[in-house]
Amino acid sequence: MAKRTPLYARHAALGAKLVDFGGWDMPLHYGSQLDEHHRVRRVAGVFDVSHMTVVDFADPDPTRALLRHLLANDVARLYPGKALYTCMLNETGGVIDDLIVYDRGAAGYRLVLNAATRDKDLSWIAPLAERFGAPWRERDDLAMLAVQGSEALARLESVLGADTLTAVRALKPFHALETDHGFVARTGYTGEDGIEILPSAATVPALWDRIVAAGIMPCGLGARDTLRLEAGMNLYGSDMDETTTPLVSGLGWTVAWEPAERDFIGRAALERQRAAGTPQTFVGLVLEERGVLRGHQHVFDGEREIGQITSGTFSPTLNRAIALARVDTGVGARCQVEIRGKRLPARVVKPPFVRHGRALIE
Amino acid sequence: MSSNIPTDLRYTESHEWARANDDGTVTVGITDHAQHLLGDLVFVEIPEVGRAVAAAESCAVVESVKAASDVYSPLEGVIVEVNEALADTPELINEDPYGEGWIFRLKTAAALNGLLDGVAYEAIAIADDEDEDVSSLANPRLVE
Repeated sequence: MAKRTPLYARHAALGAKLVDFGGWDMPLHYGSQLDEHHRVRRVAGVFDVSHMTVVDFADPDPTRALLRHLLANDVARLYPGKALYTCMLNETGGVIDDLIVYDRGAAGYRLVLNAATRDKDLSWIAPLAERFGAPWRERDDLAMLAVQGSEALARLESVLGADTLTAVRALKPFHALETDHGFVARTGYTGEDGIEILPSAATVPALWDRIVAAGIMPCGLGARDTLRLEAGMNLYGSDMDETTTPLVSGLGWTVAWEPAERDFIGRAALERQRAAGTPQTFVGLVLEERGVLRGHQHVFDGEREIGQITSGTFSPTLNRAIALARVDTGVGARCQVEIRGKRLPARVVKPPFVRHGRALIE
Repeated sequence: MSSNIPTDLRYTESHEWARANDDGTVTVGITDHAQHLLGDLVFVEIPEVGRAVAAAESCAVVESVKAASDVYSPLEGVIVEVNEALADTPELINEDPYGEGWIFRLKTAAALNGLLDGVAYEAIAIADDEDEDVSSLANPRLVE
């Protein structure tokens, strides 16, 4: 039987369309995925993301050494209250998972990983943590909500209280703090302002109710996917996996090459790929005709096949189809995408497509 | 989920409806149940007028944010009119699946009697709901 978050009864009562997501019964939408998408861009929405995997490391020093070996980005860049986005690689430079790591000072480090990759992530991390003497525990006693949208913070005043809201407002992006309501981070997966909050599983239903009562619309994983794609953010398992490196997945910026002596897993493979020249590049596509771009559609430059779409959708904000694609290095400004046997023209662009409610492409 | 299933229409197992018009043509669309399963529609590929189609032949595609699904002709015939409004407003299918959201009109010599009536179709729709599978539209197709 699929796992359920502490908010399952809330979703069912709201009439959510519940689907299996990585072994969890999760809301796809509560009626209209498009309405939910627009609401986040224009006002605010709340997502139950309690299926995400949260792991805490209590002991800062051995954990720092562990994470500097385990992760392609460098936690030495962090300071208490700061977060970073990173990939966790295998020896061939393939991506085991992408995650956010938070520096919690004397309280150690917190990792937030994907739900569908939980088992393989923990079996990868466990022996290394043992070797570095870094004790950890999974925090399945915590829930997680993402409150996102241009008005998200304003509407949270009645939920968090004025003092806490003032402290949260002072947070810069990718910073976090502890509050009476749980750990709050200025992070998200929508391209809008907002927070992610990790209350206890016991208190999250009441918190959810207060957030919804504040005029923040419940939104499902369907809208979360179209929002993240418009924001040019990768989805693990679609845009990158164990067979692709960050360098061919638009994630080269997350690899900390300096200091050169830092020995992180996958480093040698990435250095070889970088020296040889990456054969592929990761781009955004905008379909110039009507239709919908989807993952696995083939991309052409004239008669030559140059790659594949890794994730595609209809962009509700732009009212046209957009995609992320892995194509041969040297791609021009235009290409064609094969949809049901027909090749339709598409423009090659640099993601993101939308940020803070504004279209970034014509 | 309860779906609206008008009793004056005929249905297919693949979730199309067919209405006999006074001039002998047949109007075709997808059911309320089908549009519920698909979610918000964002694109409809409509057939060309004049195209001859066999019964159960795929002749249109409806795409939601999530998935693409074929639409099959309930009967053999020739397409005599298509709903051009769907090009700009595919959401008509969500809002009014049996009215403004019609997809094409068919000239046909075939009788509607061989298709499912509302009661028989309701049984299929209910079985589908119990399945609780979001991709349980007949022959759903995540494109390519």
